[in-house]
Amino acid sequence: MMSRADRTVLSEWWWTVDRLLLGTLFTLIIIGIVLCLAASPPVAARLGIADPFHFVNRQVLFLIPAIAVMLFTSFLSPRTIRRVCIVVFLVCLVLLFATLVIGPEVKGARRWLNIGPITVQPSEFLKPAFVVLAAWLFSENSKRPEMPAQLLAVGLLCSVMLPLVLQPDFGQTMLVVMVWGALFFLAGLRWIWMVGLIGFGVGGAVLAYHVVPHVQKRIDRFLDPASGDTYQIDTALESFRHGGWFGQGPGEGTVKRILPDGHTDFVFAVAAEEFGIILCLILLSLFAFVILRSLTRALDEQDPFARFAATGLALLFGLQASINMAVNVHLMPAKGMTLPFISYGGSSLISLAFGMGMLLALSRRRPGAAALAALSEPAGEPQGRQAAA
Amino acid sequence: MVAPAELLKKIDLSKVPAPVRAVGGAAGRLAGRLVSGIFLFFFNIIRRISHRLARIIYGLGMGLVRLAVGTVRFAFAFARGTVRALFGLDRVDAQTVTRARLQLLVAAFSLVFIVIAGRLVFMAITSDPQGTRGGGSEAVASARPDIIDRNGDIVAIDVKSPSLFAEPKRLIDPDEALEGLLKVLPDLDVAEARARLNSGKGFAWLKREITPAQQRAIYRLGLPGIGFVRENRRIYPDGPTLSHVIGAVNVDNQGIAGLEKYIDGRGLAELHLAGFATDRQQEPVRLSVDVRVQHAMRDELMRAKEKFKAKAAMGVVTDVRTGEIISMVSLPDFDPNFGGDPRDNAYLNRLTTGVFEMGSTFKALSFAMALDSGKIGLTSTFDARGAMHFGRFAIHDYHAENRVLSVPEIFLVSSNVGTAKMVLSLGVDAHKAFLRKMGQLDRLRTELPESAEPIVPKRWGELNSATIAFGHGIAVAPLQAVMAVNSMMNGGYLIPPTFLKRTQEEAQKVAVRVLKPETSDKMRYLLRLNAEKGTATKAEVPGYYVGGKTGTAEKVVNGRYAKNKLLTSFTAVFPMDKPQYLVLVMIDEPQPLPETHGYATSGWNAAPAAGKIVERIAPMLGVMPRQNLPTADQMLGMARQKVADRQ
Repeated sequence: MMSRADRTVLSEWWWTVDRLLLGTLFTLIIIGIVLCLAASPPVAARLGIADPFHFVNRQVLFLIPAIAVMLFTSFLSPRTIRRVCIVVFLVCLVLLFATLVIGPEVKGARRWLNIGPITVQPSEFLKPAFVVLAAWLFSENSKRPEMPAQLLAVGLLCSVMLPLVLQPDFGQTMLVVMVWGALFFLAGLRWIWMVGLIGFGVGGAVLAYHVVPHVQKRIDRFLDPASGDTYQIDTALESFRHGGWFGQGPGEGTVKRILPDGHTDFVFAVAAEEFGIILCLILLSLFAFVILRSLTRALDEQDPFARFAATGLALLFGLQASINMAVNVHLMPAKGMTLPFISYGGSSLISLAFGMGMLLALSRRRPGAAALAALSEPAGEPQGRQAAA
Repeated sequence: MVAPAELLKKIDLSKVPAPVRAVGGAAGRLAGRLVSGIFLFFFNIIRRISHRLARIIYGLGMGLVRLAVGTVRFAFAFARGTVRALFGLDRVDAQTVTRARLQLLVAAFSLVFIVIAGRLVFMAITSDPQGTRGGGSEAVASARPDIIDRNGDIVAIDVKSPSLFAEPKRLIDPDEALEGLLKVLPDLDVAEARARLNSGKGFAWLKREITPAQQRAIYRLGLPGIGFVRENRRIYPDGPTLSHVIGAVNVDNQGIAGLEKYIDGRGLAELHLAGFATDRQQEPVRLSVDVRVQHAMRDELMRAKEKFKAKAAMGVVTDVRTGEIISMVSLPDFDPNFGGDPRDNAYLNRLTTGVFEMGSTFKALSFAMALDSGKIGLTSTFDARGAMHFGRFAIHDYHAENRVLSVPEIFLVSSNVGTAKMVLSLGVDAHKAFLRKMGQLDRLRTELPESAEPIVPKRWGELNSATIAFGHGIAVAPLQAVMAVNSMMNGGYLIPPTFLKRTQEEAQKVAVRVLKPETSDKMRYLLRLNAEKGTATKAEVPGYYVGGKTGTAEKVVNGRYAKNKLLTSFTAVFPMDKPQYLVLVMIDEPQPLPETHGYATSGWNAAPAAGKIVERIAPMLGVMPRQNLPTADQMLGMARQKVADRQ
């Protein structure tokens, strides 16, 4: 094993990285493959693909670059992360606009790009980069008030929202706005602005409800199941009912055969049917651990940028996971949101690995950074106590 | 015993020697101090304990008050601080604001996860991993008690038969399954069965009630996701004979009409829900109905209905002593073994659900009222000359006699004018009160769930009383009228009718005396006399001593009485000297025939039908034909003699 005395890059990484978080993420990835084995064969059969493990193979294939991306990113320093994110953000923004022009229309939306043999969803890669950039702008605001950082942050949000709404992809838009709003809130948003922002959000939701027919349908169905077809959510609830505490056992599920999107949006329900609600609770607690651990570590973080960026990335991950689970157990209207690391999806997997790699990097213990932060600010009693803690 | 005080008085203290006195005094003082000391000691202890207790209670109370005040102050300060920090009101430093808000985010996320976990646990508790049947379990047809008639003959019975169902979710290949099933059950509806097999549901019926041979054949196909449930099927061996009495059950063996529904309402449904009634032997339900009488009655009514080309025919036989319904037929009827459209005319039980203007049959009530009042006797007379006029309305007689009639004469010629005058002489209020006492103004409820409210005029004046006296202007259920006539025959007891077997003692418990026994004697005389000389002669059956009253009512069509649309009825009672059974026959819209000389009134159709029925059922009911029977007048004389003897 590595010695603490080693001063190599690798050993320094090992001793400073959040190993518990890393372990949890790997556990999630493994559970994801197992659940993919359970959930994807019926989908493959429905789509007429000869190989029942088509989706499993692809998912495992994507895992290799994903893990590489995650580990590599976790070695980077905050400053490098910032730079990488600027590049990724600009590239993805261009690609995002490109989808509107050259993207194929799938189920009424232009979200994907065909690059050679693979299909890419640029918005997936854009999300973590956007969050990091927003975090940077908000942290700059507190450091250098002379820079119009908040204005820039608003501009950043608008530049992302525009193509996402045009695609249209309301799930991603909502996610991005929520994370951005949370960061703004953390950055010391005045309450008058907060009211305005919430009003803006509510207004946007009401607008979407009235202007976009499919958003309206979904919300109506949630509020009044009789108003339309609730086949998907009914089937998902039937999965939970059929699974019970301990599930029907691997491969014994029957409801999964008729559950639409069983390998992506509703993989949580399939998990319940085959492996029981116990596994669902374990999954839930793993997600809760990742999020709460990251947030509490961000609480102790001294460097404003690292704190904001880590919070933003954890929020991105946490909102996505909790919205997906809430939809599965019918606490929210149906929303196309995947369960991080568990649902099938190549773009989503690599994007998540990128985001989590940055989170790992930002949550690394940097004694130097703390000292630097302590030096740069007037040494006061509360600061000293915090440092001691 | 001498009291100590008296002892002291007796002792002269001066005579007591000084040393004794000194010692005694000292001892006395010592004892006194000891007693007061002990008393003070305990008093002190109690005083101190209570003092302590009071202090403790006071301290506790004050502590609690301080705790409450402190908590409130703390909560207020905490909330205020949090809000100030969150909204950045203090602006001490950005770091503090961020930390406070970050903590709030952590709390919010924790809450979201707790809610999701709670929902998961709730779903796990309410889950049903074995329940592959879906909604099937409660739909399985349940066991019902047998129904037997008064002699123990079976009227309704359960037969077990398998039913075929599918679990479409577990089917591997619905098309293959359908193909196999069609080989065994060629009459299966292919389109519907395919839709059900492909529904993806947990449970779907394919065919209810298949034969054991079919079950074996399907079992041998070895299809997964196809199963059987043993279900109970209701069988009525007599087919339509008892249809309106029995009612019917649905495919799940739940009573939906008639006595079958009554059995469910009596607690069977609750038993099923608790899961007790499945296969357990249940006590059979014994009816008051006699299947043989029912069959004879139905047969005669069908003949009469056909002969007179009537729309409907109805008949009731009751035991006048117990109120038991021995037979009840309402034609057209239905076969409860097969389902049908309940809106069909055949499913209407006219005797309980229909209300009719009974016509002259209702006159019996007017006579009972008159004779029971004590003011009018059999020798009283009423002027039946001409018509009665009420404003623009006039009441005529069907065969006007145009003379002064005695009470029996009014009965024999069925004079509307005479009856109306008789009733009006007693007053409208008395009339109303009498009809209410006889149960004619309220809904009559029996075991059958089907019943109808009588139609009673809202404003009841002299004109109403005059028409109601001869059975127009009030519509009652025929069974209701039967109950009233029973009371005139059985000595004056109003007994609610029943479809369940009942002894005379049980009947007496629910009976209410409404008429004097002498009134009953006089009514028997009038009915018998009618069969000898009046309108009921065609119902006379030699040897059974029948008495009766005809009734011909014009039906209301578009708000007017139609002269050619009649509802005829006949009430027969036998034997008249000691009445046992009452037969009511009603024929709806009988047509005049050549042999009835163009008449369609009751005496020409309902009365002879009733006579035939009496002739057939009397032997079954154990009534013997007799010879040398007295005339009506002799019978009345004997009854009077009996009353005189008693006095």
